[in-house]
Amino acid sequence: MTQLALVIDLNVCVGCHACVTSCKEWNTSGVAGFLTDENPYGKDPTGTFFNRVQTYEVGAFPDTETVHFPKSCLHCEDPPCVPVCPTGASYKRKEDGIVLVDYDKCIGCKYCAWACPYGVRELDEKQQVMKKCTLCVDRIYDTAIPEAQRKPACVTACPTNARLYGDVHDEHSEVSIAIRERGGYALMPEWGTAPANHYLPKRRSTCAVADDQVARVDTARVTDAAVPGTLAALIAEAQAAAGAGR
Amino acid sequence: MDTAAPEALRLQSKRPAERAGEGAARIETKNTTCYMCACRCGIRVTLRDGEVRYIEGNPDHPLNKGVMCAKGASGIMKQYSPARLTQPLLRKAGSARGAAEFEVISWERAFDLMSQRLGRIRSTDPKKFALFTGRDQMQALTGLFARQFGTPNYAAHGGFCSVNMAAGMIYTIGGSFWEFGGPDLERAKVFMMLGTAEDHHSNPLKMALSKFKRSGGRFISVNPIRTGYSAIADEWVPIRPGTDGALLLALCHELVRLGLYDHDFVARYSNAGYLVNIDAASDRHGMIVADDTLEPKNPVRQHNQLWWDRRSGKAVVNHTGESDPALFGSFILDDGTPVKPAFQLLAERLVENTPEWAASITGISQETIRRLAVELGVTARDRKLELPIRWTDSWGRQHDRVTGNPVAFHAMRGLAAHSNGFQTIRALSILMTLLGTIDRPGGFRHKAPYPRGTPPVIARVPNTPDLVQPDTPLGGAPLGFPAGPDDLFIDAEGKPVRIDKAFSWEHPLAVHGMMHNVITNAWRGDPYRIDTLMMFMANMAWNSAMNTSEVRRMLNDRCEGEDGAQGEYRIPFIIVCDAFQSEMCAFADLVLPDTTYLERYDAMSLLDRPISEFDGPCDSVRVPVVPPKGECKPFQDVLVELASRLKFPAFTHADGTRKFRDYKDFVINFQTAPDSGVGLLAGYRGVDGDQALVGAPNPNQWERYAENNCVFHHVMPVEFQYMRNWNQGYNAWAVQNKFRMHPDPVVIQLYCEVLQKFRLAAQGKGPSARRPPPALRERVATYFDPLPFWYAPLEAQVTDRTRYPLNAVTQRPMAMYHSWDSQNAWLRQIHAHNYLMVNPVTARAAGIADDAWMWVESMHGKVRCLCRYTEAVEPGTVWTWNAIGKARGAWNLAPEANESRKGFLLNHLICEELPQVGEGAGGEAAQAPGGRRSNSDPITGQAGWYDVQVRIYAADAGEAKETWPQFDAMAALPGTQPMRQGWQAFFAGKGAATEATAVGRELK
Repeated sequence: MTQLALVIDLNVCVGCHACVTSCKEWNTSGVAGFLTDENPYGKDPTGTFFNRVQTYEVGAFPDTETVHFPKSCLHCEDPPCVPVCPTGASYKRKEDGIVLVDYDKCIGCKYCAWACPYGVRELDEKQQVMKKCTLCVDRIYDTAIPEAQRKPACVTACPTNARLYGDVHDEHSEVSIAIRERGGYALMPEWGTAPANHYLPKRRSTCAVADDQVARVDTARVTDAAVPGTLAALIAEAQAAAGAGR
Repeated sequence: MDTAAPEALRLQSKRPAERAGEGAARIETKNTTCYMCACRCGIRVTLRDGEVRYIEGNPDHPLNKGVMCAKGASGIMKQYSPARLTQPLLRKAGSARGAAEFEVISWERAFDLMSQRLGRIRSTDPKKFALFTGRDQMQALTGLFARQFGTPNYAAHGGFCSVNMAAGMIYTIGGSFWEFGGPDLERAKVFMMLGTAEDHHSNPLKMALSKFKRSGGRFISVNPIRTGYSAIADEWVPIRPGTDGALLLALCHELVRLGLYDHDFVARYSNAGYLVNIDAASDRHGMIVADDTLEPKNPVRQHNQLWWDRRSGKAVVNHTGESDPALFGSFILDDGTPVKPAFQLLAERLVENTPEWAASITGISQETIRRLAVELGVTARDRKLELPIRWTDSWGRQHDRVTGNPVAFHAMRGLAAHSNGFQTIRALSILMTLLGTIDRPGGFRHKAPYPRGTPPVIARVPNTPDLVQPDTPLGGAPLGFPAGPDDLFIDAEGKPVRIDKAFSWEHPLAVHGMMHNVITNAWRGDPYRIDTLMMFMANMAWNSAMNTSEVRRMLNDRCEGEDGAQGEYRIPFIIVCDAFQSEMCAFADLVLPDTTYLERYDAMSLLDRPISEFDGPCDSVRVPVVPPKGECKPFQDVLVELASRLKFPAFTHADGTRKFRDYKDFVINFQTAPDSGVGLLAGYRGVDGDQALVGAPNPNQWERYAENNCVFHHVMPVEFQYMRNWNQGYNAWAVQNKFRMHPDPVVIQLYCEVLQKFRLAAQGKGPSARRPPPALRERVATYFDPLPFWYAPLEAQVTDRTRYPLNAVTQRPMAMYHSWDSQNAWLRQIHAHNYLMVNPVTARAAGIADDAWMWVESMHGKVRCLCRYTEAVEPGTVWTWNAIGKARGAWNLAPEANESRKGFLLNHLICEELPQVGEGAGGEAAQAPGGRRSNSDPITGQAGWYDVQVRIYAADAGEAKETWPQFDAMAALPGTQPMRQGWQAFFAGKGAATEATAVGRELK
């Protein structure tokens, strides 16, 4: 069975919020629209976003890491939001594993939001229906869109290509390979939700140049060591002068 | 999955799409170019029934290849913002500036007013008209307009942005970062980024960083703050602001000391081996010695400089035969002149720039500096790459390969926005040169039309006031690159001709002008009073001004009239063109409503700031995808109309009729000289549109661009893509295609003779007869050092560091572009207000709690704001996001909006002029005319935004819980929409988007 999902590479995410607003613009005029905003030009503006970037600091100066963490519905394989829904509005599609909400059935009771351990459900405060990431279900199958663009809006927008998209049940897919080979992990597996979305960890490359790598045969030619006035000679001179001055 | 689509539509029926009858909607897709920032990505705009439904990156565009950023994806909210101006406005008679009381007028009346006023100025004293523009990308037109008007008083915003970066690099390596060059991260192994501006050239850099990281490259970020791109750096090197020059010089010291520099590259391609006259008594002391008996190859640039040939043991003209220049040593020429190679002088300079020395200045340990130097040097030397590309250098030597030393750098405002930035960026350019990375794979690569000479001679600035004459175009370009004192734009007494004092002894290499001083100088009448100030897209009454409160006062200040009554405004007439109700609009006498980027024609021209790629020149256009709102008119059309009414020669036929119908027509038909074949756009030229770069005007050029993703990309032959400074084939091609005037090599200036010419003048010597005024001699002699050096920023030199111990800087959020996006309902949800970000150690020492109200104070002013603890900043620095704070009511935000009540500007702490306290470096500050001198780099006039020193303390419990200072609320201007309160639900199509309120109301 297909399970579509996002794999988000924290190693390259710079926290630019491209995914946040490209999601908003696609979805506000799409089948899941609109995504209302409260006080759009006033105090404490807030609104419905299916995807948000949270930024954390880890560690104390100077060993500080800044982590940008995009978060949206993880399309769990065993989504806790579905069984708690009293009206059957929350459901998981068999054909591609996308978790959706049927607004006609939703009564805005928020049980699903309480059940979701990841805090990714967005109650539209005006319409009083629960909304969330649809993996751009009205985009990924739209044959009017060129095939290469039939991906969630956040994926096509992401400038660092930090958002990979595909079928995590297909072991040959780009996302499965990335999870397997680059340490992909799910959030809070202890909840048993089996999130379909995964994250790839930050990696750090280091550099160690051994002492005996610094000088080479041609260093003498390059530093013109035989000629008085090279930097080494000048430094020695300056030090001698300083010594004499004392 | 054919069955999936119906199911998708089963989502719900509360959705407006169904009600709107989506099936019947008219869907169109149009390509154009983004302008949510200056990055200029290709975009594809989908319209539903004529309204913007979706904006996505154009996958076929060379710049962004389909990606988008947060701003670009929020363009809808800019298009339908209630802060949009829609009609020309004239300040109501009797109302005060700043009160924002306007009457709506017609364009015809606006043009009448402007053409009468400007016509009068032009026929009397054209310099009394000043045109300064903000974040525009149309200098090919605005510069021409000013030049044809005959005023020298023109510039864009580069002087307060990053002119140090442009000048420091162009005068050294013949190109600079961003538009004109950048790091080749596809092939680099180590990448060092020093500061940066995350909102500039952002998508290409993000794409490149990601690929670089994934291919195992090592990313080192040198920055006081770890935000943005630095978050994914492999190593963060926290540094004290304004000290990068010391770090860079110490890295150079180590590379030279250890022999980890690319000797062969430096010897052949830089002026390292050129012999410098070291006779202190000589009139030519510090000048490079040349054989003047040889015929010059280029009338404006010497080429016969001498080397000391190690083979023959005598002086020879550089690059003679198989000669091998000595880089070290001390020699006597046949005529008795004592000389040393430039590299020897550089090494002598570097002696004191040890890692120990730099550690004490930068706060970076000497072990770290040593380790970084070795990493950069060994990587460059031992991880070389080769490309099998044949090319011939400028001296005729044939090469069968291009080699690359894979160490790349990038830097922007972190280095530039300090008053020591020019010399710091010289040091960076020299470090890049020592590593052998200039226009080579894996290092720095140029973008057309660069490289150009050091400095370029394409445009010459007038050098005497006689070249400003009534009813006559300016006798030169308003902006250019001086090559010595003779190019300064000064009068017989050495005083500035320009209102901003650019190209004067105060700021000789102010190649982008000095917009940050225009209002202050005009207000004070120093060097003179002006009549009309025209500003485009520049928010000088708020975040674009240093010293915001005072500048607002100056804009509103009047002369004393007779009997003590109020006379006319000190700046008599101010014209502001903007698309939105910015703070600056309140201070205008005449407001011109500009279009948005989705409503206009634009050219990202090779004559200005193009979008070229490493592999060849590239330019692009915008075409309208929706009609202009209300009476909005693109600023370019305003200029073409004015130029035609004022009958500027370049805009008028011999019989007095106008040459160009509008801007669109101007772009097609304008040529830089009669039949030059060079116009604003380089693509699809020639009558049939089949010529590239140079060709006759093509009447269908716009259509051809529109058919081709609104972009033109000319890929050069691969043998012209590298080593362009000294690539014989490339330079011949560049001359043929009019990027350069001469094909001579662009030799890297490790030693900058241009600077020495100014220094000699200050010492009463040298080839120029011009001398700086006495009060400026020490300053010019100090800072015009032909070799890079580090000095404390000018403001720090006159600040009591025990009272103001901290540095304060701003960062650019990736999701906002300057002041532009607070009217954007989506982006302001990401940054509605800002905090002062403080290291907890520093905050606790000052008794300030996290999230508490606090004061931050400099010697110029103070601001009350909210504190936020952060471990991602070095303890001696505090910072905040740039331009989030807004004046109450501006941008059509509610008076209680977070931007004005909790947001703040650091600008209130920063002065556009140096204080009159104590003795500055050279002691010149107190002796300046009027007692004040610009708070800018003494060489380039770059605004010293990041030099301010502050102290912090807790706010009292009883104080107001809002930022300070506050200003009277700005009223909504006529023609803007009522501010939408309550709910907004945007849904494109069926008139909903025309104003999202239609749906919003429905929801209420």
